[in-house]
Amino acid sequence: MSQAIAVEKLSKKFILGALQRDTMLRERVISLLRAPFRRSAPPNVLWALRDVSFRVDAGEVVGIIGRNGAGKSTLLKVLSKITHPTSGKVRVNGRVASLLEVGTGFHEELTGRENIYLNGSILGMKHNEVAAKLDSIVNFAGVAQFLDTPIKRYSTGMRLRLGFAVAAHLDPDVLVVDEVLAVGDAGFQRKCLNAMEGLRTGGRTVLFVSHNMAAVENLCTRCLWIDSGEVRMDGSPREVIEAYMNTFANSRETMADLRSVKNRRGSGEIRYTGMEYISSSGEPITVVRSGDAFTIRFHYHAEKPIVFPSFGLRMYTEMGALVTDTSTWHHAIEIPVVPPGDGYLDLQIDFLNLLPTRSYFSLWIS
Amino acid sequence: MNSEWIADFWRYRELLYFLAWRDVKVRYKQAALGASWAVIQPLLTMIIFTLFFGGLARVPSDGIPYPLFSFCALVPWTYFSTILGHAGNSLISNAQLITKVYFPRALLPAATVLSGLVDFSVGAVVLVLMMMYYHVKPGWPLLLAPLFFAGMVVLAFSVSMFLAALNVRYRDVKYALPFLVQIWLFVTPIIYPVTFLPAKIRPLLAFNPMAGLLEGFRSSLLGRKQMDWRLEGISVAITLVLLVIGAAYFRKTEKTFADIV
Repeated sequence: MSQAIAVEKLSKKFILGALQRDTMLRERVISLLRAPFRRSAPPNVLWALRDVSFRVDAGEVVGIIGRNGAGKSTLLKVLSKITHPTSGKVRVNGRVASLLEVGTGFHEELTGRENIYLNGSILGMKHNEVAAKLDSIVNFAGVAQFLDTPIKRYSTGMRLRLGFAVAAHLDPDVLVVDEVLAVGDAGFQRKCLNAMEGLRTGGRTVLFVSHNMAAVENLCTRCLWIDSGEVRMDGSPREVIEAYMNTFANSRETMADLRSVKNRRGSGEIRYTGMEYISSSGEPITVVRSGDAFTIRFHYHAEKPIVFPSFGLRMYTEMGALVTDTSTWHHAIEIPVVPPGDGYLDLQIDFLNLLPTRSYFSLWIS
Repeated sequence: MNSEWIADFWRYRELLYFLAWRDVKVRYKQAALGASWAVIQPLLTMIIFTLFFGGLARVPSDGIPYPLFSFCALVPWTYFSTILGHAGNSLISNAQLITKVYFPRALLPAATVLSGLVDFSVGAVVLVLMMMYYHVKPGWPLLLAPLFFAGMVVLAFSVSMFLAALNVRYRDVKYALPFLVQIWLFVTPIIYPVTFLPAKIRPLLAFNPMAGLLEGFRSSLLGRKQMDWRLEGISVAITLVLLVIGAAYFRKTEKTFADIV
């Protein structure tokens, strides 16, 4: 298979602080006049990328993951020639289109139609190419009746759809996409993902930065994990995402201690004391994956015998939406009495049908 | 300048056209008087100059009616000075593009230079009408006028590249720009003819390429005066040198634009 991208020992250095100083010609001249031979203070250096090397074959769809500030966007910017590397080499074969933002170069005063031509041209399309695809772009965006209205009158959603519609009609050999899926409503995101899926089946080479692990796992054939400017791991999306998610587990300990939780209520006669994940083979684990079977073990401590207790669990998304609310009472599990002392309760999950996300638990016993 | 840089520029010529088209569209879209601004500005300046310099100060004008004399220089000068003001800020005002998409950065000052041609054309039509009103019949040197104007376009592009790049690095350049344009107006024979200057100072004019190009433009259209070939030659040569310097400085600094703009 032919090579689409070759990156060799790529490094990019930013000098912090230098941007605040020395941005005025007047001050620069004055400081030169005052002390012509003084050397400036040693700069504060940040390596956004350090010795990054990898190759991508034509037709591969590579997901790039990593924490904020890890260097993912800088990597994309270097690949799309927006910024120059401090050292190292990048070779990209074929026509590159980079989509670091939806609707780059849109001008408020221009109409939808004019902006389609402008944006298409900025993204590297030829005029007649845009003309040929105009109808399709307009349909995709669903802005037909506002085509000759200045986009300053558009809603945010319309603007977004228009921008993505143009981008979706690009026909590059290599497509570089930054987190564009993070914006927009569910319908828009689905549209984006479908378009990306179309690219993949079309044999395009795609580099794709995302924090959406489900999208990376579903779309990509390979995954790069960038950490502090270096390639930490390169492999199949499943493995890399697992290793990456592992670092989010707060501690190496598999048992989460609940005794120090602050916002407790109730009489304190019985308390949850800990919570751990146990794999189907019986070992404690720190990361669970979509589709896994595993057990959540809730430890408790009772001060005195509790008669007919009900153990309950609510799970919330990061945004506070309730995902599930269950309890032993819901399932008509009768527990006549819990003796004083420590004990635990297992919640068996046969198939975790949740997408990768961060969730919050709210536990109760009554 | 090397060939790859120029080839890249050529490959993106369609985007150049679109960026210029955008500038023109946006400029005329919400302007109540539309294209007439392109006429009003040099016309009003001409009237003021005629009253104060031609009338009160009795500045000579090589035997040409003063309104025609000053307007003939003001049309290209208005183009040149407007471009300098806009192009100097062209990189800063398009920071969003620079940080999100690749294209030859020189397209931005170039697009400004190109979009100004629309205003110039409108002004040129008025100039032709004025020449007819004053019964000026230009001879064959008329054919040289477009060449002198082309020289001014190249000069505008060269200086713009330099100023735009400098402006990314040093933000106070934009405050110095209007001042620079104003001084340049007075050291260029627009209000006065070259012959108005003492003979001792006259050779210094050659260092201002705009002087030779404007004098050439005016002489070729109004044709009352012998062409000063030495001055024209030096002006063209300096323009070409400035083009190389402007492009070289731009090329040297453009790698960092996306990081500091």
